[in-house]
Amino acid sequence: MNEKNIKVLIVDDFATMRKVVRNLLKQVGYEDIVEAEDGVMALKALKSQKIDVIVSDWNMPNMTGLELLKAVRADEELAKTPFLMVTAEALQDNVVAAVKAGVNNYIVKPFTAEVLNDKIKKIMESINK
Amino acid sequence: MNVKFINPFLEGTTNVLKTMAFVEPRAGKPYLKMDNLAKGDISGIIGLTGSATGSLALSFSEGAILKIVSNMLGENIKSLNSDIKDAVGEITNMISGVARKNLEAEGFYIQAAIPTVVSGKNHSISHVMGGPSLIIPFEIDEGTFVVDVCLSE
Repeated sequence: MNEKNIKVLIVDDFATMRKVVRNLLKQVGYEDIVEAEDGVMALKALKSQKIDVIVSDWNMPNMTGLELLKAVRADEELAKTPFLMVTAEALQDNVVAAVKAGVNNYIVKPFTAEVLNDKIKKIMESINK
Repeated sequence: MNVKFINPFLEGTTNVLKTMAFVEPRAGKPYLKMDNLAKGDISGIIGLTGSATGSLALSFSEGAILKIVSNMLGENIKSLNSDIKDAVGEITNMISGVARKNLEAEGFYIQAAIPTVVSGKNHSISHVMGGPSLIIPFEIDEGTFVVDVCLSE
């Protein structure tokens, strides 16, 4: 699947961090990018359009990345949407909790555009097998 | 101040800025700062607790932070706007994350609070523990910035 055809939803409460991730995705060829400022807005976006992969921050007020992941997996319509979790640190307990909740992969900040692309591609390849 | 604290923060700062902002900061010689005057125009400060307690501040000159955030966002930012403030918080958070991971190798397990951002000429930085702080000066072509850390075991 070509990057141009993959629709990415970036979820982060920091507008600046959403811009940073958007900028990295653009550098490696992604063009179809939408953003949500929290988990609630992310669920709205997921209900209103076809999203190929969610790139969500872990640490957000109201609804954390983990809570969003659980909500997505509990929704019959959205359950299979690929989910990449962004974390500030790879704490073992957090990783275990995310894996148990059905995360496809996680990425630790800081990361390069290439690493982000690699993670998304691996997720897309694994679900298309 | 334990000299073991220098390299984790130096490496964390270089790593984050190289990866996310595509700049290669040049580190100067670390020294101790006795007052609480910030070395830059905008600072991010984060509290640290655990096997060492204190705080980390990143203090940027306007020229340095405009270049760093412009690179991070892929757009040319010309003033210290809200994007810059958000980004300073996020950069502080990321550097603290990498430095804390590096400190684990030295046997220190440290948690971080939520960063705050302060700006303005001659603003001050109040470290949690008080006392002198360790300054690691950095430079990029567009300006200077410092890592200002005060940690007590």
